[in-house]
Order: sequence, then C-alpha cells, then structure tokens
Amino acid sequence: MSHGSTHAMISVRDVTKSHGPVRVLDGVSLDVEAGTVTCIIGRSGSGKSTLLRCINHLDVPDAGHVLVDGRFLGYDLREDKLHEVSEAVLARRRADLGLVFQSFNLFSHLTVMENLIVAPRVVRGLGREEAMSAARVLLERVGMGDKADYRPGDISGGEQQRVAIARALAMKPKALLFDEPTSALDPLLVGEVLKVMRDLAAGGITMIVVTHEMEFARDVADQLVFLEDGRVVEKGPPADLLDNPKSHGLQRMLSRAS
Amino acid sequence: MAETPMSEDTAAPTAYRIIHRPRYGTLIAACIAGFLALSLIVSIGGNANFQWEAVGHYLFHPAILRGLAITLALTAVVLLIATLLGTAVALMRLSSSRILATIALVYVWIFRGVPALIQLIFWFNLGLVIREISVVLPGFGTLFTLNTNDVLSPYTAAVIALSLCEAAYMAEIVRAGILSVPVGQEDAARSLGMSRRQAFWRIVAPQALSFVIPPTGNAAISLLKLTSLVTYVAVDDLFYAAQSIYARTFETIPLLVVVAFWYLAVVTVMSIGQGFLEAHFGQFDRRSRRSWSLPLRQAGAGLRNLWRAQ
Ligand SMILES: Nc1ncnc2c1ncn2[C@@H]1O[C@H](COP(=O)(O)OP(=O)(O)OP(=O)(O)O)[C@@H](O)[C@H]1O
Ligand SMILES: [Mg+2]
Repeated sequence: MSHGSTHAMISVRDVTKSHGPVRVLDGVSLDVEAGTVTCIIGRSGSGKSTLLRCINHLDVPDAGHVLVDGRFLGYDLREDKLHEVSEAVLARRRADLGLVFQSFNLFSHLTVMENLIVAPRVVRGLGREEAMSAARVLLERVGMGDKADYRPGDISGGEQQRVAIARALAMKPKALLFDEPTSALDPLLVGEVLKVMRDLAAGGITMIVVTHEMEFARDVADQLVFLEDGRVVEKGPPADLLDNPKSHGLQRMLSRAS
Repeated sequence: MAETPMSEDTAAPTAYRIIHRPRYGTLIAACIAGFLALSLIVSIGGNANFQWEAVGHYLFHPAILRGLAITLALTAVVLLIATLLGTAVALMRLSSSRILATIALVYVWIFRGVPALIQLIFWFNLGLVIREISVVLPGFGTLFTLNTNDVLSPYTAAVIALSLCEAAYMAEIVRAGILSVPVGQEDAARSLGMSRRQAFWRIVAPQALSFVIPPTGNAAISLLKLTSLVTYVAVDDLFYAAQSIYARTFETIPLLVVVAFWYLAVVTVMSIGQGFLEAHFGQFDRRSRRSWSLPLRQAGAGLRNLWRAQ
C-alpha cells in the first residue's frame, strides 16, 4: 500500500536522534524513489552514519519515523496511532534494507560462503542447499565466485567489501544502504567496489550511498543530499549541487575536496 | 673507519653467510643455572630424607588414587557449574537492565573478593546456623523443608562454595570475551535481520569462545590446585588422602612429593588439552591452513601454556 502522492521506497520523516547531550540528527526528511540512487555527502561528524543506522533502526530514532515501501519500519499503524512493534518483528523488517559498512564487518569466524548463507538460513529459514545456490550466483555477480571457501582474514579489503555487498543482497532487500563503502580501502581497490555498485544501480536496485567519491555521486546518483550538523542543508540533482553549491558549508566542503 | 663501504653495484647480491655474534653472557648464565639445577637435583635425589622408596610405594597407593579421583571429579563439576553460572552472570552484567547489571556486579564483587577458604568454611558451617531450608510459595504455604545438615554434606558445601567463587572469575572471563568481539559483528548480523538473541548466539558467542578458552584453561588449572582447600572441610581429596597417611606414618615429605607429582601430571595433561582446544576454536583465519604439523603445534602450544600458567 503506497502512501498517497509518493512512490517512495524509503521515506524518512523528521527523524531526530541524540547521543547523550549531542543532537546528532535534527529533523531529517528524505524520500528515495524506487529504483533510484541517493548519495549523501557531509563532513565527518555531520551524522551520515547515524542517519543510515536510524533508517534501518539499528539506532532507533528519538522522534520521527521511517517508511519502507509504504510501511512503517518500527511501528504498526492502528486507530491513528503508531504502536511500537516487537524486537522480532522489527528484526525481520530490518532485513528489507541491506547495510554495507565502511569496515566490511564480515563474520570473521565464517567462510565467505557461510557469511552469505547464515542470515538467509537463520532469518528466512532457507535450506542449506537452496541458500548456497543463491549465494553462488551472488558471488559470481560480485566477481568472488572462486573465493567461496576463504575466510575474511585471507582476502583483500576490496574483496571483503564485495562479499559484504553480496551478503546484503542475499537477503533480497528492497533497498541497499552503503556507509562510506570505499573509505577504508587502498586507492587501488576502490574501483572494483565502485564498479559493483554501478552495476547494481544500473540493475535498478534502490540505494542510499554515503560517500566521498564525488565523481561516483555525479555519475550514478539521481539525488544528492548534503548533510550538515544533522540537518539536510541542500538536496537535488547532483550536478546542481556540485556545480552550483548554494550553502556556505557545501561550498567549503567542495573547495577543499577539489 | 675500518669498515669498507660496499656499494651494491660492486658486490653482486649473492648469498652472504651471516656470522652471528657469540653471546657469551647468555652462555655463562646458562652454565651457572645449569650447574645449580643439576646440584639441586643430585642433592635432592641423593637425600635420604626424601625417602624415594616411600614415594614409589605411595605413588599408586589406592587411597592416593581415590583422592586423585575425587580431586578430578570436584574440579570437573565445579568448572562445569562455574562456567554455566559465570556465563549467566556475564550476560546479566552486559544486559541493558540496570538492575540485572548491578546484581551481577555485586555478585562478582562479593564472591571474587572473599577468600575461597573462608567461603568454603562458611558453607560447611551453614548447617550449624540455619537448621532448615524451606521453600515457601506465597499463597500455597510451605512446599518442602530440608534439613541443612542433610543437604550440606562436606561434598555439597565444597561444590557450592567453589562453584560460586569460581563463577565470579568465569563471569569476568566470559564478559571480557564477549567485549572482545568487535561491535560491528553484531551490527552486521542485526542489519541482516537477526534479532539480538540470534546475533548473539550465531555470531558473537562463537567468536567470544576463542577469546574465552585460553583464560579458562588457566582458570581450570588454578581451580584444580584450589580444590586442595577442601581438605579443611574433611573432603577426602588427594591432599586429604596424603595427610591422613602421613599423620599415621610421619612420611610427610615423600607424601607431599607424591601429591605434587600428581598435580603436576594433571596440569600437564590439561595444558596439552588446552593447546588442542585453542587450535580448534582460536584464530579463524589460520584454521583454514591445517597441515600435518598441526598436532605437533597443538602440543607445543599446550606446553607453552604450561609455562605461562605457573
Ligand atoms: N554511539 C554514539 N554515542 C555517542 N556519540 C555518538 C555515537 N554515534 C555517533 N555519535 C556522535 O554523533 C556525531 C555524528 O556521528 P556519525 O558517525 O553519524 O557521523 P558521520 O557523518 O558518519 O561521520 P564520519 O564521516 O566520520 O563517519 C559525532 O559527533 C559522533 O561523535
Ligand atoms: Mg560515518
């Protein structure tokens, strides 16, 4: 059930989040249409990671809410009131959004293959064979078909991040969230990860990407968001923001980047 | 001045032989230490006071072997209970509930803080202070009543006291193990749709295990030796068996040598076992590189632990 005028896959509505006395997010609203890519840029500490964590409720927002495909992620709407859902229900809904971390976070005690099948088996109840054949397809897709039996500690950072992307895809999410997926990588390895992400975007997966790769943002994003001090300061087509920054903050950030 | 600088283009980079500097200091120290050790062995071995014949006689004496069995059983039972209880306490300590966390904190504070011997004698004497234990369910009256003197036999008192005490240490070991797993692992598991519980048991716990095993091995070895305290509450463990013999025969030193021998033998076996466990559960990225030399390396790791544990 779609909500009125938007066909947004992800709707962020007035999300506010504080860590202790610090208000990290201050009324962030954002719509991401199905099949589009939104890139988020902003200085360190501006709240980008917190925003992604709030979107999939790894951090529960203090106020505001998130809709995924027209459904409240953390609540059920009954009699005009939002009733908080149980931890189990929230966990299952959270699987609709894949999250790719800056530090990969592959499960270090499991092989590449096991990393891909553990959640489909535990959460979705898939059988081992079924999960493995789906995983093989995904590993091929990110170019890791020959490393299924490796352990995360034995492959490069770029390879780990590609596996992490495949792991997120294994849950068949409705959208993917990326938190600076290439920031922890050697410059030489950035390209292989960005290529996988470009392919995914071309394949029509809805994505939100926190990134410092301005070239990627310009090429791939349908919408660019500039976050400053937990607020959306500018938002629009990437070329507009990058070539014609209106706010002082974005001007400063772009002049430093170039 | 005397050194001739040799640039790389004049000398082809062939394999030069490396002449190590002789380490005279180490050599002399080793000779002195070796001499002292040897003379100690000779003087002890040749000393009539040690009564080596008596040692041989009692080494496999039925009373000693029975005491050894009780020591081993006590260690195993206490370790099992302490591991379970300690894990529960660690989970309480890490839970988001302030009340649970505080209870766990106080538990560790008390049971780690009071000397084990005092806890042991306390439980042993509890039967004298409290005559009955009644389980009362409000509204239903008394369910059953136990006489503490029946329940708190020396064995039970020993198991309870040592388990409660050891659980406090295990709780800290398990807690440290859980905290050693990077938070990103749980985040990743939960982002894939696992609940907190699933993320903990599927992802965090198996990794915590590899951090928990080495210190648990040390704790088990300490515990083995700690159980000798039960002699004071008349549990007939290895030490007690030796004591009751030398109380009669006055062959104190030989029997202490026998006891020491058995403790060392068991500690050696435990250390080797710990090496195997570590090789199996530890360091995931190396597990994939199993080779023929693994059993050797495991035994080596066990012996190194033995070294560390003392
Ligand atoms: N768990 C937390 N506890 C306390 N403060 C936090 C926590 N997480 C984030 N913060 C604070 O919130 C602010 C925003 O953090 P966040 O990680 O969202 O920024 P970011 O934009 O992702 O920065 P970076 O580019 O460095 O990743 C920072 O000032 C940070 O110190
Ligand atoms: Mg961040």
